[in-house]
Amino acid sequence: MRTRQITALLALGASLVACGSSDPEPAAQGGGDGRGPITFVGGKFEAESVQKIVDAWNAAHPDEKATVVLLPEAADEQRRKLIQSAQTKSDTGDVILIDAVWTSEFAANRWIDELKLDTSAFLPPTVETGRYRDKLYAMPMFTGTGLLYYRTDLVKEPPKTWAEMRRICDEVLPKQKGMACYGGQFDKYEGLTVNFSEAVASAGGDLVDASGQPQVTGEAAKKAAQFLADGFKSGMMPKEAITYKEEEGRVAFQDGKLLFYRNWAYGYEAAQKTDGSSKVAGKTDVAPIPGLDGPGAGTLGGNNLAVSAFSKNKRTAADFVAFMTSTAQMRAFALTSSMPVATAAVYDDPELIKKYPYLPALKEGILAAEPRPKAVRYGDVTAAIQESAYAVVTGAKPVDQAMTELQAALGPLLQP
Amino acid sequence: MTGRPRGQSWLAAAMLSPTMIVLALVVFYPLVAAMRESFYTSGQTLDADGFVVEGERFAGLANYAGVAGERFLNAALNTTLFTVVTVGVEVVLGVAMALVMQRAFRGRAILRAGILIPWAVPTAVSGLMWKWIFQADGVANALLGTEILWTADGPWAKLAVVVADVWKTAPFVGLLVLAGLQIIPSEVYEAAKVDGASARQRFRRITLPLVKPALLVAVLFRLMDALRVFDLPYVLVGPRKHSVETLSGLIWDEATRVHYGPASAYGTALFAYIAVIAFVFVKLLGADLLSDVRARRKEARDVG
Repeated sequence: MRTRQITALLALGASLVACGSSDPEPAAQGGGDGRGPITFVGGKFEAESVQKIVDAWNAAHPDEKATVVLLPEAADEQRRKLIQSAQTKSDTGDVILIDAVWTSEFAANRWIDELKLDTSAFLPPTVETGRYRDKLYAMPMFTGTGLLYYRTDLVKEPPKTWAEMRRICDEVLPKQKGMACYGGQFDKYEGLTVNFSEAVASAGGDLVDASGQPQVTGEAAKKAAQFLADGFKSGMMPKEAITYKEEEGRVAFQDGKLLFYRNWAYGYEAAQKTDGSSKVAGKTDVAPIPGLDGPGAGTLGGNNLAVSAFSKNKRTAADFVAFMTSTAQMRAFALTSSMPVATAAVYDDPELIKKYPYLPALKEGILAAEPRPKAVRYGDVTAAIQESAYAVVTGAKPVDQAMTELQAALGPLLQP
Repeated sequence: MTGRPRGQSWLAAAMLSPTMIVLALVVFYPLVAAMRESFYTSGQTLDADGFVVEGERFAGLANYAGVAGERFLNAALNTTLFTVVTVGVEVVLGVAMALVMQRAFRGRAILRAGILIPWAVPTAVSGLMWKWIFQADGVANALLGTEILWTADGPWAKLAVVVADVWKTAPFVGLLVLAGLQIIPSEVYEAAKVDGASARQRFRRITLPLVKPALLVAVLFRLMDALRVFDLPYVLVGPRKHSVETLSGLIWDEATRVHYGPASAYGTALFAYIAVIAFVFVKLLGADLLSDVRARRKEARDVG
């Protein structure tokens, strides 16, 4: 009798296995300041172009060769893998590529080391994403911000304000079939945090002020939330946009279902493809995103390079970071990949501007862009923002209530 | 087990020990580690320089506070609803599929293979497939002539998840029931036919009682599977959507945000919940589930 119950229990045990986390291994403390071969842990995107830089490093440093390890494409998965190796104090990754919003969490947990490198060659806002408490922990590499994609065949001059955008839509849309005015990423995921904080910044506010206090019950945040809520209510934004991540919206724009679309720079090449996949090829351009009273401010995305605190060859690792992000290498990278980089010189390079005509608009966007809130518990912060912003875009809660709840939720999360 | 020579039971213990060691390592250790973790908290405070204070702190039952919280209860309700609905529908469909698969007719092999394909598709892949079907301009809306946002948070998302799960696992129930059907001797049916039993009577009086043990095993498996469902709602609708957040989804979300304490506490609660359900199930319906075991034990006693 009893054995049979135990067997039944045993079979159930598997349900718990997934969440059992053991203590970190006590071994391998602190890493070392040596030189020697290193491992670079990067994301799958633009792997070929990144490999070219690594090859250049390896050719110049035969005794300190770098090996590339690629992590899964999804940002959540990358973060989980990196945190796992950090918690076991593993020295398997010497240089790691981290999302701009993870800097505080990784620095505060002492998973990455402070960097003493020259950052004068980068666009200033990108450097800010690599800092924690005024110290540099991650070197800017990739960057990006929201751009307004619009139809040049229907819109003469891209709008600078939300009101202008609405006016253009009112003029153009009655003559178009099945086209909505504006779309962004409003599904409940990181993209919603980006779009929401972008709206707040474009209304002239900040989610979090300079002293680290949440300011979402302020005038700007409420106006931004109202803009989103009204947009969905009035049909200016199509209701299916609450299921849009980057790709769903990009496809809708390319199918001619949107007049304006907010997306990262990567969508440009795809929109201009003439192989039939895009119905808007040659009829699309990008502009900085609009705002409440004037040009808007985008949210900074991007990935930075950091040196793992558990690396044994930290001197090589730091040199490698400097090499990867040097102007010469970044320019070479930009020639083979459309992924925007943080190096300022790239945006003024005539050859590159010819290749990527959106560069001037992107530079303007990045210089005006705001980073997302810096928080050690960024995962909790972004979850709280998504919770309230999703309630706003779906109309589940009135703006005032959603923002009051968000203010209350963010308070304890941002406490130092 | 009683009355056997001592040497034999030692031998049995020795033969079983590798199994027990493996079980201890892969089942008991994680279980105990997770339960221990559920009483601790770590990494939640910063020192003056902005660094996270290292080390664990005993938190007592603080991590379990969330078990009475709105989010946990919502997830528990979703999980239970999902389990009841999907398992119910799957049993009906599974039995029907098994009855069809058992028939002897031309093309039976193809039909059987066809019915089993959904079961062979990995859940994450089927989740992506259904996501494509259920997206705003997807097949489902085109066929139904509707403009429902299936993958947005809301009641439709629940339906989408149920449909996708039934599609995928009804064949599994069908397969187990088919195995049960095939051991029913055809003489029983023939005798019933001779006695003038109608098709309906044959199904109710012969098929159902005789296939019951196999069906119960299928239901038990499905219950335990459905109670810890994670991948389908995650892929199809997305994490942290209240209408389809399951207990496993909640645990995953807490764990990815490095809240190992609450995650372990919720995991322990889920474990207890599943254990209770399985226990009640075996208690109430165990007679058939374990009839074979009991018969053999009786046999052994009689011989001994």
